[in-house]
Amino acid sequence: MQQIINFIIKNSYRLLFLLLLVLSLSLTIKSHTYHRSEYINSANKITGSVYTQLNYVNEYFSLKEKNKELASENALLKKLLFNKKDTLVTSKTLFRNDLNNFNVVVGKAIKNSFNTRENYITINAGKVLGIKTDMGVINDKGIVGIVEKTSKDFATIQSVLNIKSKINAKIKNSDHFGSLVWDGKNVGFAQLIDVPRLASLRKGDSIVTGGNSDIFPENIPIGKIDKIFIDRKTNYYTINVRLFNDMTALGYVYVIENKKKKQKQELEAITTAPKK
Amino acid sequence: MNNSLLNSIRFIVFLSLQVLIFNNINLFGYINPYPYILFIILYPVNSNKSVLLLGSFFLGLLLDIFCDSGGVHTTASIVLAFLRPTLFRFSFGISYEYQTVKIADKMSPERITLLLLAIVIHHFILFYLEYFRLGLLFTILSRTIVSALFTFTICILIVYLIKPNKR
Repeated sequence: MQQIINFIIKNSYRLLFLLLLVLSLSLTIKSHTYHRSEYINSANKITGSVYTQLNYVNEYFSLKEKNKELASENALLKKLLFNKKDTLVTSKTLFRNDLNNFNVVVGKAIKNSFNTRENYITINAGKVLGIKTDMGVINDKGIVGIVEKTSKDFATIQSVLNIKSKINAKIKNSDHFGSLVWDGKNVGFAQLIDVPRLASLRKGDSIVTGGNSDIFPENIPIGKIDKIFIDRKTNYYTINVRLFNDMTALGYVYVIENKKKKQKQELEAITTAPKK
Repeated sequence: MNNSLLNSIRFIVFLSLQVLIFNNINLFGYINPYPYILFIILYPVNSNKSVLLLGSFFLGLLLDIFCDSGGVHTTASIVLAFLRPTLFRFSFGISYEYQTVKIADKMSPERITLLLLAIVIHHFILFYLEYFRLGLLFTILSRTIVSALFTFTICILIVYLIKPNKR
């Protein structure tokens, strides 16, 4: 017993190092698996308020640009409303209760990273505004990511530029779908994999979110086809997609809640459940 | 000034500089310097080593929370803190503990060796754990070298800026 205590006292520095090393390595390994650590994320009060303050300052540098984008998006929405096919639909009757499947909450990106392989964005909207894990996040140009962790006033978003991200997407007009992933190299491009060889593709075709996703509504723009490869192993297409969105400069984003998601998932669970 | 007070101030200053300024540089789109490791290098030679270990652990942990990066900064920082005596012995010779080494004094070759070695070791661990795949060794090495050069430049600038003015 005496010797054990002596050993611990003698090597206390090394034991402390080993303890801290095990702790930090376990945090690292945990962060590379699918479900991230509960506490080591920037959606907490302290980091959130620091990033909010930093954003207050940075915001002023792009105010003009952001206003212009907002005005042009408003113009587009007005155009849609004025040129609608059914004249009985007005901006009020548009929100009929039975059609009201999606809820949209606005948030602002206060921290954005794009220089690692696993990038996360922090926004200044959280549980209070009804944001939950696995909601889709978009902005006026296209998709941004998926909500990962939330706190009272903040949420972290798994960016499209994250090698763990996988989003159902399809080629506009042809309905052949695949998965949108990122290879961790270029911030302007993502990859659409597992597209069947039957699909007719051309460079410049638009890629939009697919109908299989529980997270995003259908037909949200993602990007344009830049290059088309054929995967030798699987014989599926792999497509390089140039993103519409500039992921290095994000401002306001919209978080989308799919109100019918639970119903859909429950139904699917019952359908695929083994029969007794 | 009191040593522990000075170290606490350094801790806070380097952490806030890193979060507020250096994490947002993104030179050529992806290169960021990490001069917060000066906290570990500038720590007094004769002070308590366990305190340094704990200090670098919490510095790394706070940075990881800010960067959403799991535990990569924490691991790299504590390994550097643990290797620090070895690096000192390598660059200043066996009797480094008896001379009061202050890195801010003058940039001699020994000090540059120490700084470069520390930066390269820290950055390699950082990027290796960030990519977490041995197949990408070339990418990891190239990012290590580019970032290390950037960090080294910033570190030298900071050391000269905070150099005390007494002769």
